[in-house]
Amino acid sequence: MDFKSNVPIYLQVIAELKAKMLTGEIRPGDKLPSSRELALTYQINPNTASRIYTELERQGLSYTRRGIGTFVTEDSSVLEYHKDLELKRIIGEFKSSLKALGCMEEDIPRLLEKYK
Amino acid sequence: MSVICKNLTKRYLFKTAVDQLNVTFEPGHIYALLGPNGTGKSTLMKMLCGLTTRTSGEILVEDHPFTYRDKANVAFAPTEFIFFDYMKISDVEKYYRDYFRDFDSNCFHRLLEELELSPSMKVKTLSSGMLAKLKIAATMSRQAKLLLLDEPLNGIDLLTRESILKTLISHADPSRAMVISSHMVEELEPIVDTAVFMKEGRIVLQTDVESLREKEGLSIVEKYRQIYGNTDMKEAI
Repeated sequence: MDFKSNVPIYLQVIAELKAKMLTGEIRPGDKLPSSRELALTYQINPNTASRIYTELERQGLSYTRRGIGTFVTEDSSVLEYHKDLELKRIIGEFKSSLKALGCMEEDIPRLLEKYK
Repeated sequence: MSVICKNLTKRYLFKTAVDQLNVTFEPGHIYALLGPNGTGKSTLMKMLCGLTTRTSGEILVEDHPFTYRDKANVAFAPTEFIFFDYMKISDVEKYYRDYFRDFDSNCFHRLLEELELSPSMKVKTLSSGMLAKLKIAATMSRQAKLLLLDEPLNGIDLLTRESILKTLISHADPSRAMVISSHMVEELEPIVDTAVFMKEGRIVLQTDVESLREKEGLSIVEKYRQIYGNTDMKEAI
Protein backbone atom coordinates (compact mmCIF):
# COMPACT_ATOMS: atom_id res chain seq x y z
CA MET A 1 0.00 0.00 0.00
CA ASP A 2 1.32 3.45 -0.89
CA PHE A 3 0.85 5.89 1.90
CA LYS A 4 0.34 9.61 1.73
CA SER A 5 3.28 10.65 3.81
CA ASN A 6 1.58 13.70 5.32
CA VAL A 7 -1.54 11.92 6.60
CA PRO A 8 -1.26 9.81 9.77
CA ILE A 9 -0.58 6.23 8.72
CA TYR A 10 -2.91 4.76 11.32
CA LEU A 11 -5.83 6.64 9.74
CA GLN A 12 -4.93 5.42 6.25
CA VAL A 13 -4.75 1.78 7.31
CA ILE A 14 -7.98 2.10 9.31
CA ALA A 15 -9.72 3.52 6.23
CA GLU A 16 -8.52 0.58 4.17
CA LEU A 17 -9.53 -2.03 6.77
CA LYS A 18 -12.92 -0.35 7.17
CA ALA A 19 -13.44 -0.42 3.41
CA LYS A 20 -12.63 -4.14 3.39
CA MET A 21 -15.19 -4.71 6.16
CA LEU A 22 -17.87 -2.74 4.36
CA THR A 23 -17.34 -4.44 1.01
CA GLY A 24 -17.35 -7.84 2.70
CA GLU A 25 -13.76 -8.67 1.79
CA ILE A 26 -13.31 -9.15 5.53
CA ARG A 27 -16.46 -10.64 7.04
CA PRO A 28 -18.07 -10.25 10.47
CA GLY A 29 -16.41 -12.60 12.95
CA ASP A 30 -13.23 -12.97 10.83
CA LYS A 31 -9.97 -13.08 12.73
CA LEU A 32 -7.74 -10.12 11.96
CA PRO A 33 -3.95 -10.53 11.68
CA SER A 34 -1.92 -9.96 14.84
CA SER A 35 -0.58 -6.44 15.13
CA ARG A 36 2.91 -7.69 14.26
CA GLU A 37 1.55 -9.33 11.10
CA LEU A 38 -0.31 -6.13 10.30
CA ALA A 39 2.94 -4.16 10.71
CA LEU A 40 4.71 -6.53 8.32
CA THR A 41 1.92 -6.60 5.72
CA TYR A 42 1.70 -2.84 5.49
CA GLN A 43 5.38 -2.29 6.34
CA ILE A 44 4.59 0.10 9.14
CA ASN A 45 5.85 0.75 12.64
CA PRO A 46 4.64 -1.88 15.16
CA ASN A 47 3.41 0.83 17.56
CA THR A 48 1.29 2.29 14.76
CA ALA A 49 -0.11 -1.19 14.10
CA SER A 50 -1.23 -1.68 17.70
CA ARG A 51 -2.72 1.81 17.71
CA ILE A 52 -4.81 0.80 14.67
CA TYR A 53 -6.37 -2.05 16.63
CA THR A 54 -7.00 0.13 19.67
CA GLU A 55 -8.78 2.60 17.44
CA LEU A 56 -10.83 -0.03 15.56
CA GLU A 57 -11.93 -1.47 18.87
CA ARG A 58 -12.81 1.97 20.22
CA GLN A 59 -15.05 2.48 17.18
CA GLY A 60 -16.71 -0.86 17.87
CA LEU A 61 -15.49 -2.41 14.62
CA SER A 62 -13.44 -5.13 16.29
CA TYR A 63 -13.11 -6.90 19.60
CA THR A 64 -10.29 -8.76 21.30
CA ARG A 65 -10.45 -12.21 22.81
CA ARG A 66 -7.63 -12.41 25.28
CA GLY A 67 -4.92 -14.78 24.12
CA ILE A 68 -6.79 -15.64 20.91
CA GLY A 69 -6.76 -12.52 18.79
CA THR A 70 -8.74 -9.66 17.34
CA PHE A 71 -11.97 -10.26 15.44
CA VAL A 72 -14.28 -8.20 13.23
CA THR A 73 -17.47 -7.24 15.03
CA GLU A 74 -20.51 -9.42 14.43
CA ASP A 75 -22.81 -6.55 15.34
CA SER A 76 -24.34 -5.64 11.97
CA SER A 77 -25.71 -2.34 13.31
CA VAL A 78 -22.13 -1.07 13.84
CA LEU A 79 -21.20 -1.97 10.28
CA GLU A 80 -24.42 -0.34 8.99
CA TYR A 81 -23.59 2.79 10.93
CA HIS A 82 -20.10 2.99 9.40
CA LYS A 83 -21.47 2.24 5.95
CA ASP A 84 -23.87 5.13 6.40
CA LEU A 85 -21.03 7.47 7.38
CA GLU A 86 -19.03 6.34 4.37
CA LEU A 87 -21.98 6.91 2.00
CA LYS A 88 -22.50 10.38 3.40
CA ARG A 89 -18.81 11.14 2.93
CA ILE A 90 -18.70 9.89 -0.67
CA ILE A 91 -21.89 11.71 -1.66
CA GLY A 92 -20.65 14.86 0.05
CA GLU A 93 -17.40 14.77 -1.93
CA PHE A 94 -19.30 14.04 -5.13
CA LYS A 95 -21.59 17.01 -4.61
CA SER A 96 -18.80 19.41 -3.80
CA SER A 97 -16.86 18.36 -6.93
CA LEU A 98 -19.97 19.02 -9.01
CA LYS A 99 -20.51 22.38 -7.33
CA ALA A 100 -16.91 23.30 -8.08
CA LEU A 101 -17.77 22.79 -11.76
CA GLY A 102 -20.73 25.15 -11.37
CA CYS A 103 -23.54 22.57 -11.17
CA MET A 104 -26.52 23.23 -8.93
CA GLU A 105 -27.82 20.73 -6.39
CA GLU A 106 -31.09 20.35 -8.32
CA ASP A 107 -29.21 19.48 -11.56
CA ILE A 108 -27.78 16.34 -10.02
CA PRO A 109 -30.65 13.90 -10.72
CA ARG A 110 -30.77 15.07 -14.35
CA LEU A 111 -26.98 14.67 -14.68
CA LEU A 112 -27.10 11.18 -13.18
CA GLU A 113 -29.79 10.24 -15.69
CA LYS A 114 -27.80 11.72 -18.58
CA TYR A 115 -24.48 9.96 -17.79
CA LYS A 116 -25.72 6.70 -16.36
CA MET B 1 16.98 -0.17 27.93
CA SER B 2 16.63 3.59 28.00
CA VAL B 3 19.66 5.65 27.09
CA ILE B 4 20.02 9.30 27.99
CA CYS B 5 22.62 11.69 26.59
CA LYS B 6 23.25 14.82 28.63
CA ASN B 7 25.30 17.66 27.16
CA LEU B 8 27.18 15.05 25.18
CA THR B 9 30.11 16.56 23.30
CA LYS B 10 32.78 15.21 20.96
CA ARG B 11 35.49 17.54 19.78
CA TYR B 12 38.15 16.60 17.29
CA LEU B 13 41.17 18.80 16.76
CA PHE B 14 39.50 21.31 14.48
CA LYS B 15 35.86 20.29 14.57
CA THR B 16 33.13 19.83 17.14
CA ALA B 17 31.21 16.85 15.77
CA VAL B 18 28.67 16.57 18.60
CA ASP B 19 27.96 19.69 20.60
CA GLN B 20 26.21 19.63 24.02
CA LEU B 21 23.65 17.20 22.70
CA ASN B 22 20.66 16.06 24.76
CA VAL B 23 18.50 13.13 23.70
CA THR B 24 16.77 10.08 25.19
CA PHE B 25 16.18 6.76 23.44
CA GLU B 26 13.43 4.64 25.00
CA PRO B 27 12.80 0.92 24.49
CA GLY B 28 9.94 -0.04 22.18
CA HIS B 29 10.59 2.77 19.72
CA ILE B 30 12.14 3.04 16.29
CA TYR B 31 13.96 6.32 15.81
CA ALA B 32 15.03 7.94 12.56
CA LEU B 33 18.21 9.93 13.12
CA LEU B 34 18.15 12.53 10.39
CA GLY B 35 20.29 15.30 9.01
CA PRO B 36 22.58 16.10 6.09
CA ASN B 37 26.06 14.59 5.94
CA GLY B 38 28.46 15.86 8.57
CA THR B 39 25.93 16.72 11.27
CA GLY B 40 27.33 14.22 13.78
CA LYS B 41 24.99 11.23 13.35
CA SER B 42 27.74 8.65 13.04
CA THR B 43 29.82 10.22 15.81
CA LEU B 44 26.80 10.04 18.12
CA MET B 45 26.30 6.37 17.28
CA LYS B 46 29.97 5.58 17.82
CA MET B 47 29.85 7.16 21.26
CA LEU B 48 26.69 5.21 22.12
CA CYS B 49 28.39 1.91 21.37
CA GLY B 50 31.68 2.80 22.97
CA LEU B 51 33.79 3.01 19.80
CA THR B 52 34.60 6.67 20.37
CA THR B 53 35.11 8.33 23.72
CA ARG B 54 33.26 11.51 24.51
CA THR B 55 35.01 14.79 25.20
CA SER B 56 32.48 15.83 27.82
CA GLY B 57 28.93 15.29 28.97
CA GLU B 58 27.25 12.08 30.05
CA ILE B 59 25.66 8.94 28.65
CA LEU B 60 23.33 7.27 31.13
CA VAL B 61 22.05 3.72 30.66
CA GLU B 62 19.10 2.96 32.95
CA ASP B 63 20.33 5.81 35.16
CA HIS B 64 23.92 4.57 35.57
CA PRO B 65 26.85 6.03 33.61
CA PHE B 66 27.75 4.12 30.44
CA THR B 67 30.70 1.77 31.02
CA TYR B 68 32.43 -0.89 28.93
CA ARG B 69 29.97 -3.44 30.36
CA ASP B 70 27.07 -1.70 28.63
CA LYS B 71 28.68 -2.31 25.25
CA ALA B 72 27.38 -5.88 25.53
CA ASN B 73 23.84 -4.53 25.15
CA VAL B 74 24.49 -2.31 22.15
CA ALA B 75 24.66 -3.56 18.56
CA PHE B 76 26.12 -1.20 15.99
CA ALA B 77 26.10 -1.62 12.22
CA PRO B 78 28.39 0.98 10.65
CA THR B 79 27.90 2.31 7.12
CA GLU B 80 31.02 0.65 5.82
CA PHE B 81 31.24 -2.98 4.85
CA ILE B 82 32.69 -4.74 7.83
CA PHE B 83 33.37 -8.33 6.86
CA PHE B 84 36.65 -9.88 5.80
CA ASP B 85 36.87 -10.85 2.15
CA TYR B 86 38.29 -14.32 2.75
CA MET B 87 35.36 -15.37 4.96
CA LYS B 88 32.32 -17.40 4.06
CA ILE B 89 29.01 -16.39 5.61
CA SER B 90 29.39 -19.35 7.98
CA ASP B 91 32.72 -17.86 9.15
CA VAL B 92 31.02 -14.54 9.77
CA GLU B 93 28.63 -16.44 12.02
CA LYS B 94 31.52 -17.99 14.00
CA TYR B 95 33.24 -14.64 14.23
CA TYR B 96 30.13 -12.99 15.65
CA ARG B 97 29.48 -15.88 18.00
CA ASP B 98 33.02 -15.56 19.35
CA TYR B 99 32.75 -11.85 19.90
CA PHE B 100 29.20 -11.41 21.15
CA ARG B 101 27.68 -13.44 23.95
CA ASP B 102 24.17 -12.38 22.88
CA PHE B 103 24.57 -13.65 19.31
CA ASP B 104 21.77 -16.09 18.45
CA SER B 105 22.78 -18.56 15.72
CA ASN B 106 19.23 -19.83 15.17
CA CYS B 107 18.05 -16.31 14.59
CA PHE B 108 20.97 -15.74 12.19
CA HIS B 109 20.04 -18.80 10.11
CA ARG B 110 16.40 -17.78 10.00
CA LEU B 111 17.42 -14.35 8.80
CA LEU B 112 19.77 -15.73 6.15
CA GLU B 113 16.86 -17.72 4.78
CA GLU B 114 14.49 -14.74 4.85
CA LEU B 115 17.07 -12.60 3.11
CA GLU B 116 17.98 -15.27 0.58
CA LEU B 117 21.58 -15.78 1.63
CA SER B 118 23.31 -19.06 2.32
CA PRO B 119 26.09 -19.96 4.79
CA SER B 120 28.35 -21.30 2.04
CA MET B 121 28.51 -18.01 0.13
CA LYS B 122 31.85 -16.19 0.11
CA VAL B 123 31.93 -12.58 1.28
CA LYS B 124 34.22 -11.70 -1.66
CA THR B 125 31.55 -12.68 -4.21
CA LEU B 126 28.60 -10.89 -2.61
CA SER B 127 26.95 -7.91 -4.31
CA SER B 128 26.58 -4.69 -2.33
CA GLY B 129 22.91 -5.48 -1.71
CA MET B 130 23.81 -8.90 -0.34
CA LEU B 131 26.52 -7.40 1.88
CA ALA B 132 23.99 -4.95 3.26
CA LYS B 133 21.61 -7.85 4.01
CA LEU B 134 24.41 -9.83 5.66
CA LYS B 135 25.24 -6.86 7.85
CA ILE B 136 21.59 -6.59 8.92
CA ALA B 137 21.35 -10.34 9.58
CA ALA B 138 24.50 -10.35 11.73
CA THR B 139 23.50 -7.23 13.67
CA MET B 140 19.88 -8.25 14.25
CA SER B 141 20.93 -11.69 15.47
CA ARG B 142 22.35 -10.10 18.57
CA GLN B 143 19.76 -9.82 21.31
CA ALA B 144 20.98 -6.28 22.03
CA LYS B 145 18.73 -3.75 23.74
CA LEU B 146 19.97 -0.78 21.73
CA LEU B 147 20.39 -1.21 17.98
CA LEU B 148 22.27 1.43 16.05
CA LEU B 149 22.08 1.19 12.28
CA ASP B 150 24.11 3.74 10.37
CA GLU B 151 22.70 4.26 6.86
CA PRO B 152 21.52 0.65 6.42
CA LEU B 153 19.74 1.45 3.15
CA ASN B 154 22.56 3.28 1.42
CA GLY B 155 23.00 2.28 -2.21
CA ILE B 156 20.52 -0.58 -2.01
CA ASP B 157 17.98 -1.53 -4.67
CA LEU B 158 14.22 -1.35 -4.08
CA LEU B 159 13.55 -5.03 -3.38
CA THR B 160 16.51 -5.45 -1.06
CA ARG B 161 15.38 -2.31 0.75
CA GLU B 162 11.95 -3.80 1.27
CA SER B 163 13.30 -7.03 2.69
CA ILE B 164 15.61 -5.11 5.04
CA LEU B 165 12.70 -2.94 6.22
CA LYS B 166 10.63 -6.07 6.87
CA THR B 167 13.45 -7.55 8.92
CA LEU B 168 13.66 -4.36 10.95
CA ILE B 169 9.92 -4.38 11.63
CA SER B 170 9.86 -8.02 12.65
CA HIS B 171 12.75 -7.51 15.07
CA ALA B 172 11.35 -4.44 16.75
CA ASP B 173 10.25 -5.33 20.22
CA PRO B 174 9.05 -3.51 23.34
CA SER B 175 12.33 -4.14 25.14
CA ARG B 176 14.66 -2.68 22.53
CA ALA B 177 15.29 0.72 21.06
CA MET B 178 16.27 1.00 17.41
CA VAL B 179 18.04 4.03 16.01
CA ILE B 180 18.36 4.23 12.23
CA SER B 181 20.28 7.01 10.55
CA SER B 182 19.62 8.00 6.99
CA HIS B 183 19.69 10.89 4.65
CA MET B 184 17.12 9.15 2.46
CA VAL B 185 14.23 10.18 4.61
CA GLU B 186 11.33 8.81 2.51
CA GLU B 187 12.40 5.21 2.97
CA LEU B 188 12.15 5.34 6.72
CA GLU B 189 8.92 7.35 6.78
CA PRO B 190 6.44 4.49 7.47
CA ILE B 191 8.51 2.35 9.81
CA VAL B 192 9.76 4.83 12.40
CA ASP B 193 7.66 6.35 15.16
CA THR B 194 10.02 9.13 16.20
CA ALA B 195 12.11 11.47 14.09
CA VAL B 196 15.22 13.08 15.55
CA PHE B 197 16.65 15.93 13.50
CA MET B 198 20.32 16.82 13.98
CA LYS B 199 22.06 19.97 12.93
CA GLU B 200 25.64 20.98 13.62
CA GLY B 201 26.09 18.41 16.35
CA ARG B 202 22.86 19.14 18.19
CA ILE B 203 19.29 17.89 18.21
CA VAL B 204 17.06 20.58 16.73
CA LEU B 205 13.81 18.64 16.93
CA GLN B 206 12.55 15.33 18.24
CA THR B 207 8.98 14.50 17.28
CA ASP B 208 6.44 11.68 17.12
CA VAL B 209 5.90 11.28 13.38
CA GLU B 210 2.20 10.39 13.53
CA SER B 211 1.44 13.52 15.52
CA LEU B 212 3.60 15.53 13.10
CA ARG B 213 1.28 14.30 10.32
CA GLU B 214 -1.84 14.77 12.40
CA LYS B 215 -1.17 18.19 13.95
CA GLU B 216 0.93 19.88 11.28
CA GLY B 217 -0.13 17.86 8.23
CA LEU B 218 3.56 17.39 7.44
CA SER B 219 5.54 14.34 6.41
CA ILE B 220 9.06 13.80 7.73
CA VAL B 221 10.37 14.84 4.32
CA GLU B 222 8.47 18.12 4.44
CA LYS B 223 9.67 18.82 7.97
CA TYR B 224 13.21 17.98 6.83
CA ARG B 225 12.94 20.58 4.07
CA GLN B 226 11.60 23.11 6.58
CA ILE B 227 14.50 22.52 8.94
CA TYR B 228 17.40 22.23 6.53
CA GLY B 229 16.11 23.91 3.38
CA ASN B 230 16.42 27.50 4.59
CA THR B 231 20.01 27.29 5.75
CA ASP B 232 21.04 25.87 2.39
CA MET B 233 19.49 28.92 0.79
CA LYS B 234 21.39 31.23 3.11
CA GLU B 235 24.64 29.43 2.42
CA ALA B 236 23.99 29.70 -1.28
CA ILE B 237 23.55 33.45 -0.97
